Amino acid sequence: MTKLIKNNQVVEDSWRLISDKNITSVTDLAQSEHIIVPLKVWKSCHEQLSQKTTIGVWLDSDEPPTLLADDLPNLPLVAINFPVFSDGRGFSYADTLRRQYQFEGELRAIGDVLRDQLFFMKRCGFDSFVLRENDTAEEAMASLQDFQHAYQGTADNSEPLYRHR
Amino acid sequence: MYQYDGYDQQMLDDRVKQFRSQTQRFLKGELSENEFLPLRLQNGLYIQRLAPLLRIAVPYGLLSSHQLRAIAKISRDFDKGYVHFTTRQNIQMNWPRLEEVPDILEQLAAVQMHAIQTSGACIRNVTSDQFAGVAADERIDPRPYCEMIRQWSTFHPEFAFLPRKFKIAVCGAQNDRAAIRVHDIAVELTENEMQEVGYRIYVGGGLGRTPVVAELINPYLPEKDLLTYLEAILRVYNQLGCRDNKYKARIKILVRAMGISAFRNKVDQEWALIKGGTATLTDKELARIKKDFAPRPYETVDVLECNQNLNQQSQQNNAFAQWLSHNTFAHKIDGYSAVTLSLKRTGIATGNVTDQQLEAIANLADTFSFGEVRSTHEQNMVMADVKKSDLYLLWQELFKLGFATPNIGCLTDIICCPGGDYCSLANAKSIPVAESIQRTFDDLDYLYDLGNIRLNISGCMNGCGHHHMGHIGILGVDKRGQEFYQVSLGGDPSLNTSLGIILGPSFSHTEIAGIIVKIIDTYVQMRVEQESFIDTYRRVGITPFKEQVYDKAD
Repeated sequence: MTKLIKNNQVVEDSWRLISDKNITSVTDLAQSEHIIVPLKVWKSCHEQLSQKTTIGVWLDSDEPPTLLADDLPNLPLVAINFPVFSDGRGFSYADTLRRQYQFEGELRAIGDVLRDQLFFMKRCGFDSFVLRENDTAEEAMASLQDFQHAYQGTADNSEPLYRHR
Repeated sequence: MYQYDGYDQQMLDDRVKQFRSQTQRFLKGELSENEFLPLRLQNGLYIQRLAPLLRIAVPYGLLSSHQLRAIAKISRDFDKGYVHFTTRQNIQMNWPRLEEVPDILEQLAAVQMHAIQTSGACIRNVTSDQFAGVAADERIDPRPYCEMIRQWSTFHPEFAFLPRKFKIAVCGAQNDRAAIRVHDIAVELTENEMQEVGYRIYVGGGLGRTPVVAELINPYLPEKDLLTYLEAILRVYNQLGCRDNKYKARIKILVRAMGISAFRNKVDQEWALIKGGTATLTDKELARIKKDFAPRPYETVDVLECNQNLNQQSQQNNAFAQWLSHNTFAHKIDGYSAVTLSLKRTGIATGNVTDQQLEAIANLADTFSFGEVRSTHEQNMVMADVKKSDLYLLWQELFKLGFATPNIGCLTDIICCPGGDYCSLANAKSIPVAESIQRTFDDLDYLYDLGNIRLNISGCMNGCGHHHMGHIGILGVDKRGQEFYQVSLGGDPSLNTSLGIILGPSFSHTEIAGIIVKIIDTYVQMRVEQESFIDTYRRVGITPFKEQVYDKAD
């Protein structure tokens, strides 16, 4: 099992990521527990998959959360993929999920996730992080504490600094 | 200027620590060049032609004498003892060593300075009018709003990996001295019919390969809604801006592709979700920031006596008279002037200042201008609050230092990027071109007769020298490995913004000064009475200039 950072701790990953967007048969999937399926698969096999409470969905960087809006109240986990670290759309998606849709499940960053981005990701509402291959979760933990203060109100703390200065 | 509290300082200190660790990881080989790239860029560090380049933020151009001395010391200890002022009011050092950059940042942080977000695909240093807070033609002081934007944009977690760089400029005067409408967002301070402060917001301006003048997106945004509205624009851009082609990634391309009304609708949808929310500015915050920009403790000056003395000094000394009429600017307080230090002395690369000069300027600022200076987007410096009775004394000191060249607003007050002498992106050198033009036009009386002419030079189409915005623009281009220069006419950085139009085929370095002479001769022949260059150009069009410049019989 891979390790990840979840709620500020390094833990074993209990979820399995289905990365192939082109799966058409979901018989196997529908019997699995704790899997994270691509949005396309979730949509095309909605009837079977949405029966289960242990299925998460991942969004690619060109798949905004509105596409998943109706299902959010029942999903335990949403993951957002960063195909390259410099593709920052996922930061806005995270904010939208947390603040606009009030999504309360696990929000996971996957893909090309650099440890140097963790502090910002956390502030945008992510609470779990699967780091890219050459970063280890243990070493990356420190980056969550890069800054003691921040100016803006964000998903993890809606009050901007100036409201308590 | 804004005074840091413990929160502001802690953020800078944390940033230094973070970058020190990132630099160590890179030097140990734990971070690849590709991974280190965005981290160093967000700390202002480019790898350039000859050495790294460190770009230090000067928030909306304000510097204390204390900060100037620190910059001087750093340039002496870590660099070659000079710095360069850029068209975005920032300071660049051209020769730092990568492994020493964390130490430089630490010394900067000790005087509340940094290089945060001075490059990279993020929100850059906010720029403004160099006469903010003192200009006689100012309606509303833009500095408090610049500071609020600075704090909001600093380490904004959602907007650190945008499709492309993002620049915001603010102005609050009748005349725009910050070229705001060639920025991604332009904020023009205004009032509604009830005299309530607000903003006129423009979006989608920019220079570079595809120069565009920003379009009006909101004619009146209430004062407290500034940050929620900016956030809505950025959120739309971050999600919809082009990410697979960097030449199409600026917000200007998105706004053009969607059309301004569709873009406005999209922003309004996003804004509706956060309008009135926690990011709305409060009375307390507005007051907290504004108090740091309260008027100076100005003295009462006997204006009549002062003006008599200045008249007398002018009659006795022509050089002072020239300086007084060209390098001082009307202040909103009677008896005070704003003074521009010309960094455009012939033979010195535009915008370059040595460590000793920085220290001398710091001392003069302490004596004459409340210990503060400003950098301008035209690459000069300003002492904003000089008592008129001190002008003669200050002029004498500036003259000795070489900053009293009386050419502000003239043809030789050239905006010029570092060009091929320093920059790895440049197609051609720009500094020697500026110098050749300054040498050709060395008769001050003739320059004054020509009036206000903005000449801007960029060494490549990235346009750091704002060539599109020059009444006369010069762009370095590469023609089969040779350096050539394309000339454009009719750009205008004022609120009446326009972009230059290319005159025709480009010229070699040796031809360029002669071509400028022909353009100026054409203007002199065509102008009526006191008509300015740009007005003549607008009246007669480009054709007479073309005919004169490309006359085959010549």
